[in-house]
Amino acid sequence: MHIIVCIKQVPETTEVRINPETNTLIREGVKSIINPFDVYAIEEGVRLKEKFGGKATIITMGPPQAEAVLREAISMGIDEGILLSDRAFAGSDTWATSYALSTAIKKIGAFDLIVCGKQASDGDTAQVGPGISAHLDIPQVTYVKKIEEIKDNLARVERMTEEGFEIIAVPLPALITVVKEINTPRLPSLKGMMRAKQAKIIHWKASDIEAKADCLGLSGSPTQVVKIFTPVPRVGGQMLKGETREIVEQLVEALRKEIP
Amino acid sequence: MDYLLTDEQKMIQELTRKVAQEKIKPVAAKYDQSEEFPWDIMKILAQSDLFAIFVPQEYGGTGGGVLDLCIATEELSRACAGIAVCYAASALGTFPIILFGNEEQKKKYLPDLAGGKKIAGFGITEPEAGSDASAIKTTAKKEGDHYILNGMKHFITNGGDAETYTVIAMTDKSKGARGASAFILDKGTPGFTFGKKEDKLGIRASSTRELVFTDCKIPKENLLSKEGMGFIVTMKTFDMSRPGVAAQALGIAQGALDEAVKYAKERRQFGKSISSFQGIQWMLADMATEIEAARALVYSSAREIDAGRKDVGKDSAMAKLFASDVAMKVATDAVQILGGYGYMKDYPAEKYMRDAKITQIYEGTNQIQRNIIALKLIKEMAK
Repeated sequence: MHIIVCIKQVPETTEVRINPETNTLIREGVKSIINPFDVYAIEEGVRLKEKFGGKATIITMGPPQAEAVLREAISMGIDEGILLSDRAFAGSDTWATSYALSTAIKKIGAFDLIVCGKQASDGDTAQVGPGISAHLDIPQVTYVKKIEEIKDNLARVERMTEEGFEIIAVPLPALITVVKEINTPRLPSLKGMMRAKQAKIIHWKASDIEAKADCLGLSGSPTQVVKIFTPVPRVGGQMLKGETREIVEQLVEALRKEIP
Repeated sequence: MDYLLTDEQKMIQELTRKVAQEKIKPVAAKYDQSEEFPWDIMKILAQSDLFAIFVPQEYGGTGGGVLDLCIATEELSRACAGIAVCYAASALGTFPIILFGNEEQKKKYLPDLAGGKKIAGFGITEPEAGSDASAIKTTAKKEGDHYILNGMKHFITNGGDAETYTVIAMTDKSKGARGASAFILDKGTPGFTFGKKEDKLGIRASSTRELVFTDCKIPKENLLSKEGMGFIVTMKTFDMSRPGVAAQALGIAQGALDEAVKYAKERRQFGKSISSFQGIQWMLADMATEIEAARALVYSSAREIDAGRKDVGKDSAMAKLFASDVAMKVATDAVQILGGYGYMKDYPAEKYMRDAKITQIYEGTNQIQRNIIALKLIKEMAK
């Protein structure tokens, strides 16, 4: 079985600040990590490889420093890392990013399953995974919380919905995006870290994957960011005072007024 | 400080710190209270290859040395010394096989120990044979292709939970210390049972039990090295493992200091953070300085062993003596800085203090360490 896991390098902080002049993230002094949701994708990829045998490949698109997250994935048990890095990719939106990744996956060759995290913690779009499946013209199941069974080229998965979950049978090759309920990611192993340190990361440029130039980067991105801003924090609020009983009464009264 | 660690040692430090802070620290108080054996943590340590670091590569290890083990033990102890000692005691039980095992014994036991599939224990101490190890009463009588063991060991770390034990027994009482031999024992061997589990002041996540041998029949292939080598096996094993106890003490001291600094920054009295008071600052400064001095001694004694120097007894005794005294002092001061809260189980300071005490006692009391150092000094002077 060949599993391909797609990951993203994101800034490690929940309080990302934005430069109001340029509308871009302030990245100085912020450490980069594997997108937290992608760690579950890596774990699931490694588990599938351990269960069914075969190979797990990891791929990311980003600056040369993104090699670090690929090595971290290898230390968790992934076999091979591929980095798409080229100025031509800079400024890609989710459409252009998923196009570039899908083109690279075509170059990798045969695979059975692509696993992505449900979304990135910085952009929160949840579009790249589904985008890849669209570009590759393969089925996708998003928000997978459990892979029940893989048999006869068919995967039975549980997909989270707002009301509960669905059980979906999907023919392979397919793409799934996973939620954190799917597993508990392992910590790296020492032997894995040693292997990761020595691993040769494959670097591909736009020309290596034969991507169309007009589908990449800012010019290839249909998304136009008009404005990014930090919303004004809500202020005010009312502090209720008195004994617990009085506070509860006041609160119930206030809620009655608010909710018709 | 960088401590001039190799890339591999930095990796071990990074990994064990991650395991310790993310997986062990949150459950340290739970295991301290319940005294359950921390199997779930042992599984994580195994999965992270941490049991492999002290085993040679040809037997499934990563071929690290004593310093590698010290770095791992220090980081684990910084989160919980009880859990760390389960790990370190497995190394202690494994060392005799690494140092004195023949090819068949190594092939049979080391891969499972390196993979953390089994953990090990080491049994020498008896009720009447603590610091005076030559007084052991457990006997091993040769009968044909077997040895028959009778007697008991007590205060054995990992006792009952380990699968593989190295045990010292007398094969010839008339020869005194030279009549002792070392054996490998598997849990489940008929006649090999476990007695009382101790209720301890500290390191409560670790199990400390009696090993009981009643006509316990083991194949002669389980003899380590030769008959009469028991004390050499023990001494060489302790030379390897003593810096590990020092590293455990070091980790406890560092963990206690971490808590003291954190609390001093948070706690406000007289309208100010207590970290702004010179009385607190000077305590913290002394604690940090003593820890660095201990670390220098521990790492350098471990490096001496890894470099293959023969006569390391004095250095490792100094490291164990100094680091454990520092741990006791720093942990006591940490409780002082936390004041009333330091005395309560809601904060981890009191646990560091309870855990620190054993490091002054086991693997040779600090009085015995002083004997070793002084005897060596006098011997050197006589040359």
